Amino acid sequence: MAERSVLLKVDNVTLKFGGVVALDSVSFDLYQGEILGLIGPNGAGKTTCFNAMTGVYRPTSGQVVFDGQTVSGKKPYEINHSGIARTFQNIRLFPEMTALENVLVGTDSRHKVSAPGALFGLPRRWGHEEDLPEVRAKGGPDRSWQEFKRSAAKFFGVSRHMQEERAAERKALELMHFCGIERAANEQARNLPYGSQRRLEIARALATEPKLLCLDEPAAGFNPAEKVELMDLIKKIRDTGVTVLLIEHDMRLVMGVTDRIVVLEFGRKIADGAPAEVRDNPKVIAAYLGVPDAA
Amino acid sequence: MTANENTVTKKKKRSFADRWNGLPGWSRFFWIMGGVIFLFYLPELGNIPGTNLEIPGLGFLRTDVGVGGSDWDSILFRCAVFVLIALGLNVVVGLAGLLDLGYVGFFAIGAYSVALFGSQQSPVVKLLRANFDLAPDWALAWSWCILLAIVLTMFSGVLLGWPTLRLRGDYLAIVTLGFGEIIRIIARNSTITGGPDGITAIPGPEGAPNAQNKYFSILDQKWWYWLALVAVLVVILAVRRLENSRVGRSWLAIREDEDAAAVMGVHGFKFKLWAFAIGAAIGGLSGLLFASQQAFIDPSQFNVNLSILFVAMVVVGGAGNMAGAALGAILLTYLPERLRSLGALEFLPERFQDPAEFRYLLFGLAMVVVMILRPQGLLPSKRRARELKDRAQEVPVNG
Ligand SMILES: Nc1ncnc2c1ncn2[C@@H]1O[C@H](COP(=O)(O)OP(=O)(O)OP(=O)(O)O)[C@@H](O)[C@H]1O
Ligand SMILES: [Mg+2]
Repeated sequence: MAERSVLLKVDNVTLKFGGVVALDSVSFDLYQGEILGLIGPNGAGKTTCFNAMTGVYRPTSGQVVFDGQTVSGKKPYEINHSGIARTFQNIRLFPEMTALENVLVGTDSRHKVSAPGALFGLPRRWGHEEDLPEVRAKGGPDRSWQEFKRSAAKFFGVSRHMQEERAAERKALELMHFCGIERAANEQARNLPYGSQRRLEIARALATEPKLLCLDEPAAGFNPAEKVELMDLIKKIRDTGVTVLLIEHDMRLVMGVTDRIVVLEFGRKIADGAPAEVRDNPKVIAAYLGVPDAA
Repeated sequence: MTANENTVTKKKKRSFADRWNGLPGWSRFFWIMGGVIFLFYLPELGNIPGTNLEIPGLGFLRTDVGVGGSDWDSILFRCAVFVLIALGLNVVVGLAGLLDLGYVGFFAIGAYSVALFGSQQSPVVKLLRANFDLAPDWALAWSWCILLAIVLTMFSGVLLGWPTLRLRGDYLAIVTLGFGEIIRIIARNSTITGGPDGITAIPGPEGAPNAQNKYFSILDQKWWYWLALVAVLVVILAVRRLENSRVGRSWLAIREDEDAAAVMGVHGFKFKLWAFAIGAAIGGLSGLLFASQQAFIDPSQFNVNLSILFVAMVVVGGAGNMAGAALGAILLTYLPERLRSLGALEFLPERFQDPAEFRYLLFGLAMVVVMILRPQGLLPSKRRARELKDRAQEVPVNG
């Protein structure tokens, strides 16, 4: 990490809800490839900060620059397409879909085919053996049918839509495996245990192929062992080249996993630096222990 | 709690859908082919084609058995057209979750596009002839009218959707309701659409209505039914492809959590607009079939009641499930006719004995009964049924 390039720049962002100033001129940078912790007491404005970054709310003033582009003021789906993905503090999966379908919605973010392509199956390509549907089908009792479909696909060609669907399914399963929930693929999201739901949210966010992944208290409600496992997952995500912004209440946990920490209190940034520095910062100690801030 | 729920679902009997999905591909294929053949056989229902033999019992289902019953083939045709409408509206209401109360507008635009451009009597055709130096018997060929109807309805779907799809829920319903009325009122008050007198001599596949027509004649409606049936089958295939694609997933995601979907990169507006355009095109197609078969349309055939009726068909049958929507359409078209030919409606006030009128009574009753006993519809989509249940639980008990 010799040359640290800035991936995300939160520049003087203020966000007001009527009289409530949820964010008050907050500025911080996020470097390529790091894990940045965003901490602060309840109501400090952490989630609001995510909302301002991902287009859920538009900042009252200031701007968010991501990867050289100003993203504040853009629509949430546009911001997602430019490479920011997130999870939600209060889990917001699509409860009626299966786990796999949830992740597929994420992969759709990178798909090109829309209604005409799905309807007419155009454009088509011939002779891509590995992309033919059901090619790697198991040799079960239904073999001849699979064979038939396979030769039909060879004859008529495979549409781009089909190719995308196949690739998406493969990728989604890989991601679910990566997040440790591959066995839940065909379960309905609503029926998953709480921990798997949290992990599924991460898999779904990763499916959109983000450059920056924002995790809003992904370990909330976990026991210590589960928390450690999750932190390992977060490090693994970082090692694949994704920059991570992590909101987490548990100070000790944040210290262990993050490269840098930004501390918010009452919508203002009160500290920004390496974990050890932040831990010893008197303002941070005061904020966390509830001592009235003298400064 | 969740573990408990899981064991409960495992113990339950395998549902029809599970069993169906468990069948091998070829077996499903033959079942479907059998079903399709049966649908094509329906006009002959009760008879064995090519012979004088009858299959006892089946003939009882026909609407032309009793005294004063209606022609079975035209009832079948009407069922098919309404199924088509229900399938189209199901895309909008059931799949994308947008309440459209002005669907009759698209039905009307489809009907008027074949009427205005295909009929020898239409003011538009006369105007075009006069201005563009065309042959004195020129009119747009029926096959081109299909394309025109689809293009025009899709365009009007986008035109209506563009400003209104930013609205949610009730607001959208009200604006679309207005749209349906606007189309009817324009058709009524403009001279170019034939005004309240409507348009006659609307062509069909064999050209302008004519006593010499071999297949699509006024006397024998069988071919009209088969034509509409082909349209229905094509639409079912098309909608299925959409449902199982990125588009269908996006619709479902929007229905479940629009904001979360947006953050996951789903361009909600675009896919809602697609739902509107596709639904509109299907509505237009059914309007075209309706107008061609009738050979005559006027604005009074496209009033708001019809819109409500369409929504009722989808909701009673089961929104989000094509089989459900189709069932709703069939029941509420077929039952009044069958009941009348049984003489079962005699006790009703005269006004309601006409199936067209009685239908509204039946709709009202069916709506009330279904909403009380089975709010998710007769054949609901599994997902929608659970969504509905969730929403019901969110409502405070002491509201
Ligand atoms: N939509 C909203 N409307 C009004 N006020 C809001 C809204 N969202 C957040 N706030 C307020 O903004 C402030 C910051 O809230 P935020 O949810 O960002 O805190 P947080 O740091 O995420 O807290 P927690 O640790 O509890 O998640 C709070 O005072 C909250 O009440
Ligand atoms: Mg929060």
